[in-house]
Amino acid sequence: MRAESLSGTRLLYNLRFRAILYQVLAVGSIVLLGLYLFSNVSQKLEEQNIATGFAFLGREAGFVISQTLIDYKPTDTYGRAILAGIVNTIWVSAWSVVLATIIGLFVGIARLSRNPLLSLLAFLYVEALRNVPLLLYLFLWYALIVTGLPGVREAWEILPHVFLSNSGLTVPALTWTGAHSIVLVALALGGALALAVHRRATAERIRTGRDKTTWPLVALALLLPPVVAILVVQPELTISIPEKGRFRLTGGAQLRPEFTALLVGLALSASAGIAEIVRSGILSVRKGQWEAARALGLKDGLTMRLVVLPQALRVIIPPLTSSYLSLFKNSSLAIAIGYPDLVMVSNTTMNQTGQAIEGIAIFMLVYLGLSIAISLFMNWYNSRVALKER
Amino acid sequence: MTTATDIAEAQLKMPLRRDPSVGHRLLHRTLKPLVGTPVNAVVTLACLWIIWLAAKGAYGWLVTRAVTEGGAQACKVGQGACWPFYEAKLRFMIFGVYPYEEHWRVLLAMALFLGSMAITMIPRFWSRKLLVLWGVTIVASAVLIGGGVFGLSYVPTTQWSGLPLSFLLSAVGLALGFPLGVLLALARSSKLPAIRVIAIVFIEVIRGVPLISILFMASVMLPLFMPSGITVDKLLRAQIAIIIFAAAYIAEAVRGGLQAIPRGQHEAASAMGLHYWQSMRLIVLPQALKIAIPPLVNISIGFFQDTTLVTIIGLLDFLSTVRTAMTDPNWVGIAVLEGYVFAAAVFLLFSYGMGAYSRFLERRMRLGHD
Repeated sequence: MRAESLSGTRLLYNLRFRAILYQVLAVGSIVLLGLYLFSNVSQKLEEQNIATGFAFLGREAGFVISQTLIDYKPTDTYGRAILAGIVNTIWVSAWSVVLATIIGLFVGIARLSRNPLLSLLAFLYVEALRNVPLLLYLFLWYALIVTGLPGVREAWEILPHVFLSNSGLTVPALTWTGAHSIVLVALALGGALALAVHRRATAERIRTGRDKTTWPLVALALLLPPVVAILVVQPELTISIPEKGRFRLTGGAQLRPEFTALLVGLALSASAGIAEIVRSGILSVRKGQWEAARALGLKDGLTMRLVVLPQALRVIIPPLTSSYLSLFKNSSLAIAIGYPDLVMVSNTTMNQTGQAIEGIAIFMLVYLGLSIAISLFMNWYNSRVALKER
Repeated sequence: MTTATDIAEAQLKMPLRRDPSVGHRLLHRTLKPLVGTPVNAVVTLACLWIIWLAAKGAYGWLVTRAVTEGGAQACKVGQGACWPFYEAKLRFMIFGVYPYEEHWRVLLAMALFLGSMAITMIPRFWSRKLLVLWGVTIVASAVLIGGGVFGLSYVPTTQWSGLPLSFLLSAVGLALGFPLGVLLALARSSKLPAIRVIAIVFIEVIRGVPLISILFMASVMLPLFMPSGITVDKLLRAQIAIIIFAAAYIAEAVRGGLQAIPRGQHEAASAMGLHYWQSMRLIVLPQALKIAIPPLVNISIGFFQDTTLVTIIGLLDFLSTVRTAMTDPNWVGIAVLEGYVFAAAVFLLFSYGMGAYSRFLERRMRLGHD
């Protein structure tokens, strides 16, 4: 470097120097802003006598959570309460994702139907859901359940032993024991085993070029572990059936109005988006692909599974990911209708302890963490279905 | 030997194939997709049945069973839509707790806003003059709604409510979120690692958490971050949250546009001797923003709907005033469906209109007008 480039003005025109200068300025101003805010916060907290830190998580919560999946009672800690909230958030989001995907798939295909009436209905469904805020629908579903449905004593029996009333949906339920959990684990094991066997068989077929019947082997792999588990642990099959008593319904499992309204609201609003995604995915596969598959002698079902779907998925997966993510984030609207999700439990915690910063930090971090986890999983899946350019 | 005349004669003797009339063809073309196959016929019948049920229900509720006269008591007995509720509560649902005698000011501001909106939506008027128009609209609306000058009485922000508040929150959120979003998008595609990392962290954190958490942060945490003695208006706090949220989403839409610009454009700009800001302002951004318009319109629709979330932190937006009207002691439990149907209809009108506009823009762009 020549000496003159080091003099003042020259230095300002040096590209590398300017790059470093800008970055130092940007980082510096953010650090300064952070320090300033931090000093304000600590002063305020001291003035208002608010404790800091996460020690409150170990203290007794003392509030009731109306519905939980894990055991929780008011004498448990705040930490346990927040965990119950997290589990509730995941529970309602997971069921909504499943429902939304199924409904969205059907509506998306219906939208492409050659039958104009069916595609019109699908269009109306999508537009009615997409153009009205989710929060309004949540309030509406909740109000319809609570004020529109009859009381428990006049509950509607919509299916045998399935009751609908203003305290929610009551369905028959299996009395769950540890033995059932073991069978469930065995079933999952069987699924994994079957998948592995199927993969081996496919690899074998590709290697040798011979098509052998393998489905009995796959079925055996799927069914063997659960059957063995059932024979070993012998779970009891007691199904608790709801009965209409004089004053209330006894037995069965109850889906509370808050949960039902949130589930329906989230699932329906996401299904409209998913329908559009499915539609554009299928449209993105050219007609020539169908024709070429048919020319190769593939039947319609096989054409769909082997030719069209893999190509459509490539278009579908990325927007589907963001649609799942927004469903998950929208589950935070639970607080508006009183379903005790993570946000609502944290909010109660914040009100009781006065530690707003910690409360908000907890639920933001949990959402951020789970969002990142979902998008990593979907990115991994996407990279599997994505176009492999060789 | 066959000659041309033989062929012609033979053709004349052949029975004439009747050309189906136009009406017949049309009928055929309409009926085939409806009842072409047995499955299709069943689907058609099922659809007709659903449409019939929905139409009958809606007509019965809105017209035949509707209660048109009397007060809350008549509606309590009646089974249909309660028109007296709309008569009594319409102004409250739209304007909320804004002083009753001053409603004309908000109405005028809304008319100004919607007028500017309509002008902005016409591609022929796209120019820098629009910025002036919006500047005038915003200042005039602020004066009209807030008052305190020109003999207009002062109305505190706690009384700003209803549909105008929803418009205000989304319009200001998008208007101020837009420049911030463009800056973030530029920062995210910058060559300087520190600036890029800052932008990525900001955008991804905001997009990774629900809007409600940012609203909570603004309403609960922001006062703690301010130096003692300074309080920030509740409405302003919510507005800041919405601006930040909008900026992160706008940044991603703009980044999509930026990525679609070929590198040659940047290089050509440098070769012309333009520095970074010049080349961005004159060459790259005009092209990138044009590509980003359809996703930006979709974001705007989403934001208009998302402003309903401010209900949860206690602001009186449109959805909130509708709910308040429904829980009026005189009407509580009577007009639940009426209130929500009205709110839904208003949202449907604006969102569907914007959506149709977005599709129009996309079609126009595909056809290569610009």
